[in-house]
Amino acid sequence: MNKPLRRIAIFCGLLVLTLLLRDNYLQYVKADTLASDTKNRRVNITRYSTPRGDIIVDGKAITGSVETTGDYKYKRTWKDGAMWAPVTGFSSQAFGANQLEKLEDGILSGNDDQLFFRNTLDMITGKEKEGGSVVTTLNSAAQKAAYNGLGGKKGAVAAIDPSTGKILALVSTPSYDPSKFAGSSSKDQEAWLAVQKKNDPDDPMLNRALRETYPAGSTFKVVTGAAALENGVVSGIDDATKTPDPFRLPQSSTDLTNEHGVCENATLREALRVSCNTVFAKMADNVGNEKMIEQAEKFGFNEAELDTPVRAAESVYPKDNRPQNALDGIGQGSMRATPLQMAMVASAVANDGKLMKPYMVDELKAPNLDTLEATKPQELSQAVSAETAQKLQDMMETVVKSGTGTAAKIDGVTVGGKTGTAQHGLKNSEKPYAWFISYAKLSDGSAPVAVAVVVEDGAANRDDITGGGLAAPIARSVMKAVIDSKK
Amino acid sequence: MSSTTNSPTHHTSTIGSIGTPSRRNTELALLVFAVVIPVFAYANVGLAINDQVPSGLLSYGLGLGLLAGVAHLVVRKFAPYADPLLLPLATLLNGLGLVAIWRLDQSKLLQQIKQAGTAAPRQLMYTAMGIALFIVVLIFLKDHRVLQRYTYISMVGAVFLLLLPLVPGLGQNIYGAKIWISVAGFSIQPGEFAKIVLAIFFAGYLMVKRDALALASRRVLGLYLPRGRDLGPIIVVWLISILILVFETDLGTSLLFFGMFVIMLYVATERTSWIVFGLLMSSVGAVGVAQFESHVQQRVQAWLDPMNEYKLSQKGIIGHSEQAMQALWAFGSGGTLGTGWGQGHSELIKFAANSDFILATFGEELGLAGIMALLLLYGLIVERGVRTALAARDPFGKLLAIGLSGAFALQVFVVAGGVMGLIPLTGMTMPFLAYGGSSVIANWALIGILIRISDTARRPAPAPASNPDAEMTQVVRPS
Repeated sequence: MNKPLRRIAIFCGLLVLTLLLRDNYLQYVKADTLASDTKNRRVNITRYSTPRGDIIVDGKAITGSVETTGDYKYKRTWKDGAMWAPVTGFSSQAFGANQLEKLEDGILSGNDDQLFFRNTLDMITGKEKEGGSVVTTLNSAAQKAAYNGLGGKKGAVAAIDPSTGKILALVSTPSYDPSKFAGSSSKDQEAWLAVQKKNDPDDPMLNRALRETYPAGSTFKVVTGAAALENGVVSGIDDATKTPDPFRLPQSSTDLTNEHGVCENATLREALRVSCNTVFAKMADNVGNEKMIEQAEKFGFNEAELDTPVRAAESVYPKDNRPQNALDGIGQGSMRATPLQMAMVASAVANDGKLMKPYMVDELKAPNLDTLEATKPQELSQAVSAETAQKLQDMMETVVKSGTGTAAKIDGVTVGGKTGTAQHGLKNSEKPYAWFISYAKLSDGSAPVAVAVVVEDGAANRDDITGGGLAAPIARSVMKAVIDSKK
Repeated sequence: MSSTTNSPTHHTSTIGSIGTPSRRNTELALLVFAVVIPVFAYANVGLAINDQVPSGLLSYGLGLGLLAGVAHLVVRKFAPYADPLLLPLATLLNGLGLVAIWRLDQSKLLQQIKQAGTAAPRQLMYTAMGIALFIVVLIFLKDHRVLQRYTYISMVGAVFLLLLPLVPGLGQNIYGAKIWISVAGFSIQPGEFAKIVLAIFFAGYLMVKRDALALASRRVLGLYLPRGRDLGPIIVVWLISILILVFETDLGTSLLFFGMFVIMLYVATERTSWIVFGLLMSSVGAVGVAQFESHVQQRVQAWLDPMNEYKLSQKGIIGHSEQAMQALWAFGSGGTLGTGWGQGHSELIKFAANSDFILATFGEELGLAGIMALLLLYGLIVERGVRTALAARDPFGKLLAIGLSGAFALQVFVVAGGVMGLIPLTGMTMPFLAYGGSSVIANWALIGILIRISDTARRPAPAPASNPDAEMTQVVRPS
């Protein structure tokens, strides 16, 4: 019986060998794939095993970490979460992350390659892994002013430092508190579902300042004016334009009218001051669609990949036929812009025509506060010549001094701005958006802030919705907050 | 074996007084390792989880040491020529299993869902019961051939044990397989005991019938085809396996018994054709049952696409389990060297984390290196069993030893292969490692029987001193 016994012995040996091979496949060949599988809960257990690094504004952390009872040890907290959510985004154990929390996750969680050497050292010395911090460009006073200014209204504010492109304020209302669903409990689940668009028509998770595009309304006349000046369609800002009132849109039977009776042959300055639709529509037609697109693109339109590093939605100045192009020129038609885009327009004008790339991450720091990466201001384009910029400033300052934007006046500061009331919806049936874009200039000639405000308020009386009435005061308080914080 | 026993033709020296080395001291030395290694592992778990040496270290170490010591002394007294490796190997695996079970007891998650918490003390008690049974076997089973007398009683006993889970009110359906019975608050897996009893029956039966089975056959296409009436027993065993598969929905138990029978049949008859028949019949049986048995189908689906099974279970669809995928993740996360004791997250497997899936905990915390070592330990037990079969002098002993070690090897393969995703999962547990009284107790009995057979096999033949002629020839020296 010994021969079959030996064969059985070999068979048993083969069984063990098969198991050994399978184990090598599983724990060597496939080990990394399995270990880093996102559905493998260990990935998140490790991830949340140490407190997350912080996001810093004005030298203070606007985020934190709190120990929980579950196997995900730490969860994210925010100070004034609703106010800062458009900047930080959320980071949830159950629902992932977005915006800065997602983009800078490597630094915040401590997993970034730049921290690899430190992590290895920490592992050897038995120290816990720490996350680095993300220092933002934001200005907490401006953010607060913008957030309080919008109050219960639906809208957004974007403020930029024109000379560098630093984003100073980024507010979107209604907002959400990311702290409410940072964990993974059923309560978090409830809070998460409550802020989803399907359950809340106000869509609190939408970052209107960066990710929503609106018809820019009359604020876009600044761009049309810039195109007219740059292309020599008008000779000077105080020369009368040959504009009929009403103006019949080219190739159509639609007459465009104004709210004032002073627009016939008005000068450019006057047309901007009282916001003449006829003058700018005709000017856009004279400049032509191609050149209008060119000018808009110099201000940052039609750019699909504007990363702050959070990517902004694309603002559009489209290829259009003549009547549509004329409407686009007054910020109606099919052009669309984000609040950030319109703040960029104001900032380029304030910065003598030079458009800086907007950004909100100033520095990435290692846990020991060593700077890992610092963002340098970057010029996007010369949107208009310095000369044209001067003229645009001159006109925008007139708007605030004696035009539709007087609500934005600040004592001792030169403010230039432009109001806008954008019609939208089928046959303009919906309540219009109130816009205001502006910049502030100090006596030393520097312009520390440019801002764009949009209020889409369904609650207000339709006739009361004007850029000057609703949006300009908010812009004023944001600019004032920036100027005051510089003192 | 020493050469002296192999040269009885030299009449110039006495035999018997020198004898085979008993190897009991080797066993003792190995046992020290088998106790010390788990004690270190135990301390390691405590340090990793609570930053302190566990308070139970001394009592645990003493407990395991005492059990191993008593078992050793009994072997020394009642089976002095036994294989020296079997006891230390079983002790080591049992000890490491206790450590892993204690480690999972510390998991808050498992405590919450009542999958662990006080399993380790219970397992220690089961171990004590197992070693007690081991001792009983060694003391009362003076010669394994006695078991031959109980061939047909064994058959009845085995069938009884196997059918127990089907008795209404007694049988329990746990996670889809009906292989447990509930008696006085204890869950018992009769299949574990049936394994041994069945091996005794097969050994006794095949020893008697092997000539008939081997010789009366026709040669067709190079294979010896058995006569129709000799096919009877294999068909009966096959039918019982199918019944287990259908009514207890357990692929593992069914495969184990049929596999064990085919192995023993092959050894008894030395006919390859039986293996061919065995493989054919088991595949026909498995495929046939899988056609209509949804539980088996689902196990196969889960094996083919564990990720899909995981997703279904996360959606809360009843009947689907995340275990298979969780086990794979545990193995993968362990990598080559593992996370170290107490630092893995195998508790995520949740149900049966410390029993059917305990190997995943070893995989994660001891890594590829640890699992390979464990598999080799199991391989060694099987190898010692096969060696015992080779050394056994009687056909019954040979058959019983190969049956038990073959079943042991199959069980390790079926369980480890299932947990590692090599084959569909079944409802069996790793011998000695896994939490579960039936398994530990039955496997200690199995080791006891193997030790008994190996003692009989290695025991030197009685000295021929009783032969007065030997005295005469002893002094004759050609010079």
